Amino acid sequence: MAVAARKSKAPAQPKAAAKPAKARAGKESAGKVGGSLSNTPTFTKEEDLHAYREMLLIRRFEEKAGQMYGMGLIGGFCHLYIGQEAVVIGMQMASKDGDQVITGYRDHGHMLACGMESRGVMAELTGRRGGYSRGKGGSMHMFSREKNFYGGHGIVGGQVSLGTGLAFADWYRGDNTVSMTYFGDGAANQGQVYESFNMAELWKLPVVFVIENNRYAMGTSVNRASAQTDFSRRGLSFNIPGEQVDGMDVRAVREAGQRAIEHARSGKGPYILEMQTYRYRGHSMSDPAKYRSKDEVQRMREEHDPIEQVRARLIRDFKIAEDELKAIDAKVREIVNDAAEFATHDPEPDPSELYTDILLEAPRG
Amino acid sequence: MPIDILMPALSPTMEEGKLAKWLKKEGDQVKSGDIIAEIETDKATMEVEAVDEGVLAKILVADGTENVAVNTPIGVIAAEGEDVAAAASGGGKAAAPEAKAEPKAEAKPAEAKSEDVPAASKPDTVPAQAKAYDSSSEFPAGAEIVNTTVREALRDAMAEEMRRDKDVFVMGEEVAEYQGAYKVTQGLLQEFGAKRVIDTPITEHGFAGIGVGAALSGLKPIVEFMTFNFAMQAIDHLINSAAKTLYMSGGQMGCPIVFRGPNGAAARVGAQHSHDYAAWYSNVPGLKVVMPYSASDAKGLLKSAIRDPNPVIFLENEIMYGKSFDVPKGDDFLVPIGKAKVVRPGTDVTIVSFGIGMTYALGAAEALAKEGIEAEVIDLRTIRPMDIETVIASVQKTNRCVAVEEGFPQSGVTAEIGMKIMEAAFDYLDAPVARVTGKDVPMPYAANLEKLALPNIGEVVAAAKAVCYR
Repeated sequence: MAVAARKSKAPAQPKAAAKPAKARAGKESAGKVGGSLSNTPTFTKEEDLHAYREMLLIRRFEEKAGQMYGMGLIGGFCHLYIGQEAVVIGMQMASKDGDQVITGYRDHGHMLACGMESRGVMAELTGRRGGYSRGKGGSMHMFSREKNFYGGHGIVGGQVSLGTGLAFADWYRGDNTVSMTYFGDGAANQGQVYESFNMAELWKLPVVFVIENNRYAMGTSVNRASAQTDFSRRGLSFNIPGEQVDGMDVRAVREAGQRAIEHARSGKGPYILEMQTYRYRGHSMSDPAKYRSKDEVQRMREEHDPIEQVRARLIRDFKIAEDELKAIDAKVREIVNDAAEFATHDPEPDPSELYTDILLEAPRG
Repeated sequence: MPIDILMPALSPTMEEGKLAKWLKKEGDQVKSGDIIAEIETDKATMEVEAVDEGVLAKILVADGTENVAVNTPIGVIAAEGEDVAAAASGGGKAAAPEAKAEPKAEAKPAEAKSEDVPAASKPDTVPAQAKAYDSSSEFPAGAEIVNTTVREALRDAMAEEMRRDKDVFVMGEEVAEYQGAYKVTQGLLQEFGAKRVIDTPITEHGFAGIGVGAALSGLKPIVEFMTFNFAMQAIDHLINSAAKTLYMSGGQMGCPIVFRGPNGAAARVGAQHSHDYAAWYSNVPGLKVVMPYSASDAKGLLKSAIRDPNPVIFLENEIMYGKSFDVPKGDDFLVPIGKAKVVRPGTDVTIVSFGIGMTYALGAAEALAKEGIEAEVIDLRTIRPMDIETVIASVQKTNRCVAVEEGFPQSGVTAEIGMKIMEAAFDYLDAPVARVTGKDVPMPYAANLEKLALPNIGEVVAAAKAVCYR
């Protein structure tokens, strides 16, 4: 099978990080704010407003989580999704009800995008009984069967086999749903990823592998960790088609997502999307991010911010008034503040919870 | 209301730090995501981002101030439309919602006291007068008894459960076309087809993860490992994904899966194909670990394992596959997980074992009987949850115990049995609990050395005599 043409363009590699092993022709900057290329997919006003609101919710939620971590309300590890919002929102706009989502530990954005309540997510971050895992999972481990969100996994790469297993169940039941399996450029080097690629293609499982390439696996840049830095080609030897996508442009994400999901849903097997994205914050809260320059981060924020792109479009193309956007901002802030307030005052789990949820009761007979 | 900017922590353990530098000055506009200051600890420098929008009305802690406690207000932001001067003068006192909440104190977990936990929810409580599990009614009354090999019993268990529930399927290396590397899945492909009996590539880590993913989604996979030695490639999914997800999800995500296959030493296959993992898996909360000896237990327990809503590690033994036992005919024969079986009643010494270890235990009991020592032999059958009450009930009667396993001694299952007896029945013991285990060496290949590395009947007899002071 031929590998699908890689259509979308990636944002320019910032100079500070730009030492690609090979010339990466055909990947000029396309993410200029408000820029519009002839092959860039378009959104309606409603779609842009939806994307704006959803991405803003993740952004504000994560900023608040960062602040609450700083106040000692959130413990342990806390990996923020700021900068990568367009990836999960674009993919959710391309998916349909019943499709599953599974990801690694940078999972807050995925949960909000799946429609999980911000209160429940924030209360899990603070380890309270109102959290999605009743305070027993934490930032990296939340689930919602109702919203088809399967976690929330802390072992890098583990979710790739698990997500392939969700697709196996889809295939086994023949229920026409697709597993959206997210992982990072770091996880993409784990062995089980390729074991899963092999079986997914061998059995034509309905799975979309979404590689969120945010350029750094903790502190190690892609160029220092990967012999093949074009992640869309990582499925080549299994005949899995792949493409690189400007993961900072929610329109490009949705369009590629639709293509990939359609491929998987129609029984043609897995599909790989390399989302070229960027995380603004450190790997986790205690990461001062000394492995990259401030200029690099600043340039991504100023030139490629996924939310600013939509905001600029809403004002320029759809003549949305600043006041209307401010009203959305205020509404989102209200949701996040409410979640923070709830997560601050919700009680910790009852001590008796220590010994619950270890095993399910076996039915008799 | 003006909003205080608080000194953030870089990590949960940080208590204070240096406010190295302000990047905004009083009167500057700030918006979410703007970097407004830098703080330092001895470990790192970190940027402080604004979370709120407005005007930086007042700086409360100047550049270069050392030892600023976490959560101290360091500046004040006047929100849009607010009077900056008023905000500045009220700053630090006009508490923002977050500051008012005194989150640090509140976030501190209450000193956990063990008495907070209801005793009933604590596992492993053995009543003062222990009662042995009565296995006598496990065989359905009037059922026809058929002499069956362990291999056939395992196959029958899978076939019956697959007929009963279409969500049950088998996957693993050579389980379908080849009919099973040890012929345990013989005939299943022919009856159930390729969708439910699935040959995998040689890729344990991957297919174990796929099995767990399918189980999280509600299917009931039986994942066969050609041997549990190869499950080492996959153990991350058995433990981190299968065993822990229910707890980490607050009870939402059950994982009904069985991992099964031969475990422990076969014969002359060397160190990498002879490891007994019973102790390893038995260490993990969230797993059930089953290790049957007889064919009837193999069948009844495997059927229970397939119906169990939890991940079950089902440890078989290659040498036992060809051994025959009485098995009741019929689909409704189940053996409960977590119940031991008194296989041979006795009064003088308790011998506890499981799996192939039972061959040494039973052999020793016979030899001891000839010398006038009546051993009570208990087959644990399940390693986790361990039916220690049945063992304790026996020890309360015999006052002596020998525990037997093929696994290594350190942190072994027998070590656990000894400890549990000490906890629950120390006053009943007339001698220290003894154990007979595999030797503390990688399994050798040479026939004579392999024999030495494994337990034998003589060692069990000697241990039993020692605890009887004979």
